[in-house]
Amino acid sequence: MDAIKENTGTAVSERKRAMGLLARASTEELQAGWLVIEPKPEVHPVRGPETGLVMVRGRIGGGGDPFNLGEATVSRATVRLGSGEIGHGQVLGNDREKARLAAIFDSLYQRPEHRSAVDLLIDQVESRIDAEDRKHAEQTAATRVDFFTMVRGDN
Amino acid sequence: MYVAVKGGEAAIANAHQLLADRRRGDRSLPAISIDQIVAQLGLAVDRVMAEASLYDRELAALAVRQARGDMIEAIFILRAYRTTLPRFGMSVPVDTASMKIERRISATYKDLPGGQLLGPTFDYTHRLLDPSLLADEPVAEPLRRTADGSSMMRVSDILAGEGLIESDGQMPEDHVPGDLTREPLEFPLNRDLRLQALARGDEGFLLALAYSTQRGYARTHPFVGEVRIGEVEVELDIPELGFAVSLGPVQVTECQMVNQFQGSAKNPPQFTRGYGLVFGQSERKAMAMSLVDRALRAQEFGEDIVAPAQDEEFVISHSDNVQATGFVEHLKLPHYVDFQAELDLVRRMRAEYDARNGIEKNETIRDAAE
Repeated sequence: MDAIKENTGTAVSERKRAMGLLARASTEELQAGWLVIEPKPEVHPVRGPETGLVMVRGRIGGGGDPFNLGEATVSRATVRLGSGEIGHGQVLGNDREKARLAAIFDSLYQRPEHRSAVDLLIDQVESRIDAEDRKHAEQTAATRVDFFTMVRGDN
Repeated sequence: MYVAVKGGEAAIANAHQLLADRRRGDRSLPAISIDQIVAQLGLAVDRVMAEASLYDRELAALAVRQARGDMIEAIFILRAYRTTLPRFGMSVPVDTASMKIERRISATYKDLPGGQLLGPTFDYTHRLLDPSLLADEPVAEPLRRTADGSSMMRVSDILAGEGLIESDGQMPEDHVPGDLTREPLEFPLNRDLRLQALARGDEGFLLALAYSTQRGYARTHPFVGEVRIGEVEVELDIPELGFAVSLGPVQVTECQMVNQFQGSAKNPPQFTRGYGLVFGQSERKAMAMSLVDRALRAQEFGEDIVAPAQDEEFVISHSDNVQATGFVEHLKLPHYVDFQAELDLVRRMRAEYDARNGIEKNETIRDAAE
């Protein structure tokens, strides 16, 4: 499997991170990112965009063997650039246009001349998500219980 | 003789038009939007997702609106929709230990690592109707406090460190997780399949069963080891790439119920566990699920099966509210011919009875169905 050999080490973890963040991007963020891509590459659809299901699994007791928890809607697309790179997009939900754009950015991520534009986009998405997560974590932290003990005097 | 009866078509079409009108209601009021349902009736949306066994907030909200707020009808609609979609695959099991926590409480340890985080809870509210919600008064932003970022150790891991609790559930080697959406259920079930059924089971039914165990019908001596609510990443293996990628987060509620000891000649006494995991924010359901999961493990622990909550076939066969509503509600559909047959039978029996007892035959009122 040449494809697997190519995708080893840091290349895999970088692309994995990029694809995960593209899945978290909003359609508007992806559309804005697409606007600044110059020159626009030739993009051919290979598969989809289509919506289907992924069976989400949990683990018995939280860390044991897997069980099927329930399904989630997932939209996915695969595209090929004129230059041959294949991109995959897969996102939770029904938004097929988002899946298609995510696939395009995944393919562009593999082109050196577009890499920085894609990096800029996913960094923006990451900072937005980090800010949201921090806000939620801080709001949750404010609901943390600080126990104190009432000392009952003897007299 | 069977006679097909027609003539309902126009009435049905008109009834559905009337339904659409009543669903929309007073036209002088703005229509409620899907976004509003997701944002402001979020727990109704979560229940529909959990029991339809389909995580999609927008579609669940659409179903709630279409069903005029009838939860089981909404669940039915969403279940039906899922059958129209192809399945792309199975996710990597979600990791609840690395959950982004919105709420996390333990009833067994006061000072556990990560602390008790109440989150957006109804607990400790006075359940007094709030007239301020009648007017659309502004709502204050929640307070913030620096999050220390400490990891939220699972309570089961704390007890496991001392060897005082059974381990997470293991299935035999090479066991493929059962999937009740693909294979008909055959009893007895493995625990993985039971958990799938419970996760989509009716909240009210599981709640009642869980309550019954507390009232003495299969005592399990439970403590809430932990309830946690938050987001977990869903990852899917992409065969073309040879690695798994994240599809995005889903919100789940997890309950670890710690139950009284079991021990045997071979195993030292230790706590046992029940497990609950549910889509969305639903700790009542997750807690009920964990109690029923534990009760259904009676045989595994050599406990006497004496109560409904321990009877796997009874519990799992009746936990699905779409199946239940289908069978109960079908009774209102035309049964004219079946009933005619029963009517004939009872008339004959009655005539024989009357003849035996010397009762004169009354003038029969002709049946409306004839």
